[in-house]
Amino acid sequence: MTAITCNTRVSAAEIAGALARGETSSVEVTRAHLHNIERHDGAVHAYLHVDAEGALAQAAAADERRANGAPASALDGVPIAVKDVLATSGLPTTCGSKILQGWVPPYDATVVARLKRAGLPILGKTNMDEFAMGSSTEHSAYGPTRNPWDLDRIPGGSGGGSAAAVASFQAPLALGTDTGGSIRQPGAVTGTVGMKPTYGGVSRYGLVAMANSLDQVGPVSRTVLDAALLHEVIGGHDPLDSTSIDQPVGKLADAARRGAEGDLSGVRVGVITELSGEGYQAGVLARFQESLDLLVEAGAEVVEVSCPSFVHALAAYYLVMPAEASSNLAKFDAMRYGLRVLPEGVENPSAEEVMRATRDAGFGDEVKRRIILGTYALSSGYYDAFYGQAQKVRTLIGRDFAAAFETADVLVSPTAPTTAFKLGEKLDDPIAMYLNDLATIPANLAGVPGISIPSGLADEDGLPAGFQVLAPALADDRCYRVGAALEAALERKWGGPLLDKAPGLDPSTGSGQVKLDQRNGDAR
Amino acid sequence: MPDTPGAPAESGGRVQITREEVAHLADLARIDLDEAELDHLAPQLSVILESVASIKGVAGDDVPPTSHPVPLTNVFREDVVTPSLTPEQALSGAPESEQQRFAVPRILGDEQ
Repeated sequence: MTAITCNTRVSAAEIAGALARGETSSVEVTRAHLHNIERHDGAVHAYLHVDAEGALAQAAAADERRANGAPASALDGVPIAVKDVLATSGLPTTCGSKILQGWVPPYDATVVARLKRAGLPILGKTNMDEFAMGSSTEHSAYGPTRNPWDLDRIPGGSGGGSAAAVASFQAPLALGTDTGGSIRQPGAVTGTVGMKPTYGGVSRYGLVAMANSLDQVGPVSRTVLDAALLHEVIGGHDPLDSTSIDQPVGKLADAARRGAEGDLSGVRVGVITELSGEGYQAGVLARFQESLDLLVEAGAEVVEVSCPSFVHALAAYYLVMPAEASSNLAKFDAMRYGLRVLPEGVENPSAEEVMRATRDAGFGDEVKRRIILGTYALSSGYYDAFYGQAQKVRTLIGRDFAAAFETADVLVSPTAPTTAFKLGEKLDDPIAMYLNDLATIPANLAGVPGISIPSGLADEDGLPAGFQVLAPALADDRCYRVGAALEAALERKWGGPLLDKAPGLDPSTGSGQVKLDQRNGDAR
Repeated sequence: MPDTPGAPAESGGRVQITREEVAHLADLARIDLDEAELDHLAPQLSVILESVASIKGVAGDDVPPTSHPVPLTNVFREDVVTPSLTPEQALSGAPESEQQRFAVPRILGDEQ
């Protein structure tokens, strides 16, 4: 079968080019990725559900469009994986939770509808921390995803499945969602690219909300240009989302191409004092400094900026987010969809008793922690001291960003304070787990865009680290321009992409052949 | 906003959340927590609250709250009929349905 020989290590842009030139077909490319899934996902567990049949049918339709000279988009026929928090009609959508086990939405999220309209075959749904609550993907009710660089380590979270899927060549592209770093931190620890767009820049319709004022859908990929191309497909105004910004998405791929030419003359890069130093791993800081030097070589001017309120960002986030989550997750009430569990030993139970039993059985530990924390923060005796105060700190963080962007065009920091830790290491230590999002959270609180790109391997453990670029709201193009410039400079230095240094996955380490199409819901 | 009785138990700047308070909050959130879960969660929640308590007093009265990262204005659409879910689609995920309706357990208790 020629499908097996198709090169799945190339970028989405290169696949799109080969499709446009007629050198390969979407069916061939899609089959090659399904083959990788079959070989490697037993070990990695990036997917909760694989839709081989649906993806191949979409691929055949894409090939027909291309043959007729009428491709639906630049990425027509390039397959993609979708995080399981996005509604997909006809495909299970569990959010990594037992409470939605087997739920098949009757509608598509707007971003999913846009993928279909642009002709991207959907390979399947990716694993995640339950309702996107976590930084390691260990809080999935269906078992953790493993980091392709080291199968004993976490792939980040909550979108560890999407990041691991692109890092292990089981998809050229994926969709993620980022509430406090869930796209960027997995990108950092898996050596891949992840972009959180400006809040309101990409529709949230059909995204199962955790914290609706922080959640944002965005691209997961192996190159900056690929992220920009995907962002152009999913971005732009959506009347179905009342927080969607009514402005065109902008020329993001052009910004990435311009950046890759390597000239950053006149670009002011601000280093955030508060997002460095204590708590950051030495190897992560070394790669950060090295990347900074490369930006200077490309002509950028580096300035140091202070954002004093950022030290309170984590605390503000862990009040705002659970408060919103406790309210958003109230809809899982066992009445209209999802799990319904009857309490044991109760004859003719009431709706409320069924609700309580179902939410106990259907939610995992982390979800319960956050719902209870949010309920507490919103309680009358504590509202002003906690939730009210957190909202004010949010204002201060927004002001810090505004002041910093007066002196810098972009702000930079390490994406995550450490490289990937071992599975289980922080599972029952919520605070240690929360600290992973230290550098990514401020962007969510202020609604500004941020991208993480691989900065190299930390000396002490040989694992990937990430470099974060933040820009003002609606200036997403700056993330792509600076990100692509750094990516090009680093790859020249490395002699190729960072993922070339990843140890190959040995199919024999997997749990054997996993039958496609039947994986969703099998707790492993 | 749900009501939680009692003032926060504080001693030496520490925020404590008691097992009873966690049980009450779980009750408000409609989650049946068993004894083991309460034992496990209460101390963890205390640690989390302690770490976010630093936020108290950071921003003064002159700082307005931000509830949303972008300014929100109400959005209207034209009052026209658009396609929506069919009854079959809307009920497709229901644990139980009857006569094109969601079938739910009894709402009222015996004493009501």
